[in-house]
Amino acid sequence: MSKTNESLVEKGLLITAISSIILIALIILFIFWEGIPAMQSYGFFNFVFGMDWSPSDNQYGVFPMIIGSLAITGLSLLMAVPLGISCAIFLAEIAPNSMRQILRPTIQTLAGIPSVVYGFFGLIILVPFMRVQFGGTGFSMLTASIVLTVMILPIIVSVSEDAIRSVPYEYKEASLALGSTHWQTIKNVLFPAAIPGIITSVILGMGRAIGETLAIIMVAGNVVQIPGSIFDPVRALTSNIAIEMGYATGIHYNALFATGIVLMAMIIILLVIANYLHYKKKVTIGGGYL
Amino acid sequence: MNWKYITGIIILIIIIIAYIMVTSQNNYVRVEVAGSTSVQPVASQLADAYMKKHPDVKINVQGGGSGLGIRSVSQGIIDIGTSSKGLNANESTGLKQYLIGKDGVLVVINNNSQLDGLNKTQIKDIYSGKITNWKDVGGPDATINVITREDGSGTRSVFQKIVMGKDKIKGDAVVLTSTESIAQSVKGDPNAIGYMSLTGFKGDIKALKVDGVYPSEETIFNGTYPIQNPFLFLTKGEPQGVVKDFIDFCLSPEGQEIVKEEKVVPAS
Repeated sequence: MSKTNESLVEKGLLITAISSIILIALIILFIFWEGIPAMQSYGFFNFVFGMDWSPSDNQYGVFPMIIGSLAITGLSLLMAVPLGISCAIFLAEIAPNSMRQILRPTIQTLAGIPSVVYGFFGLIILVPFMRVQFGGTGFSMLTASIVLTVMILPIIVSVSEDAIRSVPYEYKEASLALGSTHWQTIKNVLFPAAIPGIITSVILGMGRAIGETLAIIMVAGNVVQIPGSIFDPVRALTSNIAIEMGYATGIHYNALFATGIVLMAMIIILLVIANYLHYKKKVTIGGGYL
Repeated sequence: MNWKYITGIIILIIIIIAYIMVTSQNNYVRVEVAGSTSVQPVASQLADAYMKKHPDVKINVQGGGSGLGIRSVSQGIIDIGTSSKGLNANESTGLKQYLIGKDGVLVVINNNSQLDGLNKTQIKDIYSGKITNWKDVGGPDATINVITREDGSGTRSVFQKIVMGKDKIKGDAVVLTSTESIAQSVKGDPNAIGYMSLTGFKGDIKALKVDGVYPSEETIFNGTYPIQNPFLFLTKGEPQGVVKDFIDFCLSPEGQEIVKEEKVVPAS
């Protein structure tokens, strides 16, 4: 009886594992099924490198939005990574226990706030602030990136902190015993040893940033153009799908799915690059497999 | 190999339960309503009121856009299509139209602005990009921040048709996706201009006179305010049975009262 039970559990777990793969495969299949017709009829290169998106005139070029997505994500990572890693080092190494007990839950709460709340906060507080400070409409790439920075910060902080904390204690002891100061230990021993984990945190943050939709729609201005400066409004690929899906029919509908294909391809490329870095760093550390 | 039978039985049970759940809803008379998202709230209210009086009827109100409403009702997929725009000759073939209310598109600016009216040509020039400074239309020397709705929105298509005509809304106008976000940004920006439907107007921003007429229930009702659109119910041919009864209910004084509560201008 216990043997059948055992195999029942095993098969059950196998089924759940397989079902998640099947689900992903079905989703990908469906997106391609719906998106390929648009790429075929409009032309793959016209679609990916086209500069005009104007469904009412049958213009479906997503290039400005690819740039938009990349620019927003890049800018927010530029702000979030140094901030997040510094915060993680502080939490893991410097902060006294009492402070850590307050800071950690606060940062984790940030991760739990729904994105529409961030978007609304951005629309009501940040957009008017940017308009007063920098002119223009206030809806801009920079505004969107700041909102995103706040959203991905908790991920980067908590994952990086875990990575720094899981560096074996002997490393730190050895470094201190050799006479290095605390800061030298952090800089030369703990941080390099934790790099793979920190890269993971950046990958996760990037994933969230590039996939974020709602908050971006509310603050980025959604203008289909290649931004000339960080104060210009932009439209991200995700926003494009969300904004127009409700109305789209025919080729427009397929074009939105094709936008999804482009987005997925972009994320896969970025993930491959990030994983490659992760893998490379792991080798150079030698024994430091974390 | 007992687990095979067990999983088999479990799956069978799930299928049977699902089947029963799907088929057990057939005791109602169902009416399917779909179309314009701006008509949807008022149509839902009307449907709720009607279902309260007739518990054996189930009216399902969906959005999807005016275009979808017109198409689906012509194809006979749904019983009543809704539209927030007038139909052209091509679209209206074979359809019977019922006007259940009227809505207006308001051109809105910040409360602090001195301006209180524009004419249609000025609005068109602002949105097409010919006029970019408030001083050209009698305001202060400041750049106009143009805000528009997304392609496909009902409010945008009314605005496009009545104000813009064949001209296009300029490409670098900020695109926002809801009435509320337009209201919020116009409220915060002294140089912004936007447009929104009367149903969403709450009074903390300024609605402009268009061609000298201030938008209100009255001016929309009597047709003097130029940017307005009908709320239509469409049926394929003459409506019958419950569908006819529901439409009659919507047009009755009781139904029109509900229309009014939703801040839509009643048809009669």
